[in-house]
Amino acid sequence: MNEPGELPRADRVGYYRRMQAAVEELLILRGVFTAADVDRQVEAMDGRSHERGARMVARAWVDPAYRGRMLADGSAAAEALGLEVGPLRLIVVENTPEVHNVIVCTLCSCYPRMLLGIPPEWYKSRAYRSRVVREPRAVLAEFGLQLAAGVRIRVHDSTADMRYLVLPMRPAGTGGWSEERLAALVTRDALIGVAQLPDVSESADR
Amino acid sequence: MGRTLEAAAPRFRPGDRVRVRAAHPPGHVRTPHYCRGQVGVVERLCGAFPNPEELAYNRPGLPAQPLYRVRFRAVELWPDYREDPADVVEIEIYQHWLEGAA
Repeated sequence: MNEPGELPRADRVGYYRRMQAAVEELLILRGVFTAADVDRQVEAMDGRSHERGARMVARAWVDPAYRGRMLADGSAAAEALGLEVGPLRLIVVENTPEVHNVIVCTLCSCYPRMLLGIPPEWYKSRAYRSRVVREPRAVLAEFGLQLAAGVRIRVHDSTADMRYLVLPMRPAGTGGWSEERLAALVTRDALIGVAQLPDVSESADR
Repeated sequence: MGRTLEAAAPRFRPGDRVRVRAAHPPGHVRTPHYCRGQVGVVERLCGAFPNPEELAYNRPGLPAQPLYRVRFRAVELWPDYREDPADVVEIEIYQHWLEGAA
């Protein structure tokens, strides 16, 4: 799928791959960093997944004081669980029965990588970035999410120095669950806001 | 925020109505086109950050610009908006892009 005026996808990827390889080689030759530094960073990036964000959500569900702290200062709340976020400035937005939050970066593809890992391809697509701000329900429906009537949508355009994480609603039927078990329910898409977590009432005690 | 930067004083507070400048300068601008000229309400002040329009050209971007989250009604951003009229879009905007609105 090409946008008007763009190179065919394969050529575009090839162009940027070559550019990336050339710049990387030059920076290594100049001694700005070493090949081992690059490998270490790539490994660290690959090692991060949405499980980090899921841990924060599970803690917020079982600990109201932590939830309050997370909504007041997301970065501090991440660090309180030993999750290093570096210079990331995190804002956590809470879903309620009245308000559904969804995250986008219309300008590029800003994403809380320190907590969710590498963004999915669709998050970086022009279709998602341009449409979710002007027809959010239509986009969410394509993800299989139908919001209840009367739920308002808050789209967060991550345009500058902040990064965003959605605090999903705790699924019904999870009373008494351990933090680990709760964390395992939390999906990447729910943390971006393009999914809700299904109730588990029927299977809870089997 | 850890470090102390030379920063411009914040001119707006949460709840203030602000208008985004309807300007179209070239360069690395982090203000989306779709909100330029639009009126919204300050949701919060996020702190002060070096101006990315300067940083992109390897300049220091000081004084740091206060950064706000501004809430816009979707029906005002998009005249043909067909979903819930209570929906909003919240966008991070630096102070030098904002002016007070009645």
